[in-house]
Amino acid sequence: MEAIGHAGTCLGILASDGIVLAAERRNTNKLLDEVFFSEKIYQLNADMVCSVAGITSDANVLTNELRLISQRYLLQYGESIPCEQLVSWLCDVKQAYTQYGGKRPFGVSLLYAGWDHQYGFQLYQSDPSGNYGGWKATCIGNNSAAAVSMLKQEYKEGETKIDDALALAIRVMSKTMDATKLTPDKLELATLTRHDNKTYIKVLPVAQVKTLIADHEKKEAAEAAKSKPSTAS
Amino acid sequence: MECVLGISCNDFVILASDMTNAHSILVNKQDEDKMFKLSDRLLMAVTGESGDTTQFAEYIEKNIQLYKMRNGYELSPPAAANFTRRNLADSLRSRSPYMVNFLLAGYSERTGPELYWMDYLASMIKTPFATHGYGGMFSIGIMDRYYRPDLTEEEAYDILKKCVAEIQKRLIINLPNFQVKVLDKNGIRALNVIKSQNLTA
Repeated sequence: MEAIGHAGTCLGILASDGIVLAAERRNTNKLLDEVFFSEKIYQLNADMVCSVAGITSDANVLTNELRLISQRYLLQYGESIPCEQLVSWLCDVKQAYTQYGGKRPFGVSLLYAGWDHQYGFQLYQSDPSGNYGGWKATCIGNNSAAAVSMLKQEYKEGETKIDDALALAIRVMSKTMDATKLTPDKLELATLTRHDNKTYIKVLPVAQVKTLIADHEKKEAAEAAKSKPSTAS
Repeated sequence: MECVLGISCNDFVILASDMTNAHSILVNKQDEDKMFKLSDRLLMAVTGESGDTTQFAEYIEKNIQLYKMRNGYELSPPAAANFTRRNLADSLRSRSPYMVNFLLAGYSERTGPELYWMDYLASMIKTPFATHGYGGMFSIGIMDRYYRPDLTEEEAYDILKKCVAEIQKRLIINLPNFQVKVLDKNGIRALNVIKSQNLTA
């Protein structure tokens, strides 16, 4: 749990027409080779993505297991695994490590975003104990408590569309991230939406993230100007 | 020797199966129920090796119920069909393969009525109408001739009566009774048994 509290922030927001996942990229050293397109966000199956906070090596094992579970289900039933079943299955595995065998628990918290035909868009969070919950908006990792309280105030249930969720994600990330200024290379954004009976998972390209951050900064500046009319004159 | 027939239309699926239970030349009973209710919206009519049929059908039935208990909702017909096929395929290259042929009928809000034909080699197709057995060979032509997706229940039942009449006329083995069940959005309902006396009348 300690390692997770120090890990890069991950944030998920449920919109009425999709889900947004945002993750803070910690390893922005220029010397790092850009091998992976996405450092913290992983696709699990056709209809689900997840993002991780904690010990990266543990996270790799878990995401691999999640992918295996999804494919086993697809092999057995011929359709995509419902989100809660996947989360529940993995959490049973995680729980076993807290009770049997003398092994240590996985030091990872995960955010799962997915769609299934039973419940539509869903967002889940799980932690090393194996507990999980369904959320409308939540955050894990560094400064997650502050982010969650901000989300509590600003999240509007039933009125949030993907674009609102994206803007809200940027707003919350800018307040909770380490660096003073948000730059596109420090932030990973992904959206999960449905069109024509197919799920589309998109990791936003750098250009689009840049535009969103620029919009956010414009709004911030406008609000700052509004709240200090005396200094403007 | 056994025969099952199935027709799937816009609002319902109707299954018919013969009711003769026989061992070699001896008929044990003429009122056997060969249809298994897997769930409120899934019905399976099974033929094949005696014992394997019940064993396999009950195994699938209990697994479908287990899924419902675990997850709070039922498997959809396509998922249930795939699950059944997967089990049959896995057992095929094991020590004890199941020798069963069957028709699986299902209804869900999302998919509507569906009919799946599966044989002992675990091949599966979704189809508007299907049959198993020698009797089925006579019947499939009749279904070809009269099938329409917008049939009413009475019209589909009539087609099945035509099929049974042909089976009873041309098949060397006597199959006097056929049980009929229909599956629609309200669940599973039994219709009148087609008896050979009723047909000649």
